[in-house]
Amino acid sequence: MSITEILFAVLTVVALFGAMMVITSRNPIYSVLWLILTFFAISGHYILLNAQFLAIVNIIVYAGAIMVLFLFVIMLMNLNKETEPSRNRWLKMAGVIGGGCLMLVLVAALRDIDIKDNIANVGHGDIGLLKNLGKELFTTYVVPFEISSILFLSAMVGAVVIGKKN
Amino acid sequence: MPIIYYIILSIALFSIGIVGVLTRRNAIIIFMCVELMLNAVNLLLVAFSKMHYNAALKDGLVAGADGQLFVFFIMVVAAAEVSVGLAIIVMMYRNIHSVDVNFLNRLKH
Repeated sequence: MSITEILFAVLTVVALFGAMMVITSRNPIYSVLWLILTFFAISGHYILLNAQFLAIVNIIVYAGAIMVLFLFVIMLMNLNKETEPSRNRWLKMAGVIGGGCLMLVLVAALRDIDIKDNIANVGHGDIGLLKNLGKELFTTYVVPFEISSILFLSAMVGAVVIGKKN
Repeated sequence: MPIIYYIILSIALFSIGIVGVLTRRNAIIIFMCVELMLNAVNLLLVAFSKMHYNAALKDGLVAGADGQLFVFFIMVVAAAEVSVGLAIIVMMYRNIHSVDVNFLNRLKH
């Protein structure tokens, strides 16, 4: 086993374990912290794929900004005690079976396809570097980029209007 | 790294997100599970981007930047979505003093 495969296995285990803990923790604050761990593991996968720009943006935007917003809202609402009452056991089981069936169907759909030769280029390749992505972003994708700034402006106005006391 | 590993990992993360949405009642945790599903798709997009880069490498082309820019735009949209969604959840908590989605069934009546 090469060092890349070991790193891949470790990051995969961390991501899946973190995701499992997100949906099984009773306390919402622990859920947020486990989700941050999962995002760091996914950023590790990005670094392994040499997508360095996305790895840094994932840490800054997701683990930094969005998760802090979640933590802020949870602490603002004083939800950090275990208030969620135990719901119907059968409904919970039905949810787990439904998600498991989805996973089973998706994996079974992959069984017969021929992608053994398709290799994701791990460790090298300069497509994920800031220089190439920036060049592409400001030439081919400059219109969606500007539209996304309008989206942010409208989201900001919308959040203020919704959260305002009337 | 074979692409099938990344596909399986993304399917597993996505399914865990689905199970979380179906089994939890706290609106904030449901929202976090949606973020988890978005991240599973992002990971798969980056893996496919590197796969196509690898395939086009023989021709000397620069392929695969599109996939990573799509991930960038998904992150942009997710950030906007979270700001509005959390504002809605705060508003809901202010009105009914709970974030339990079972109390949100008033459209039924």
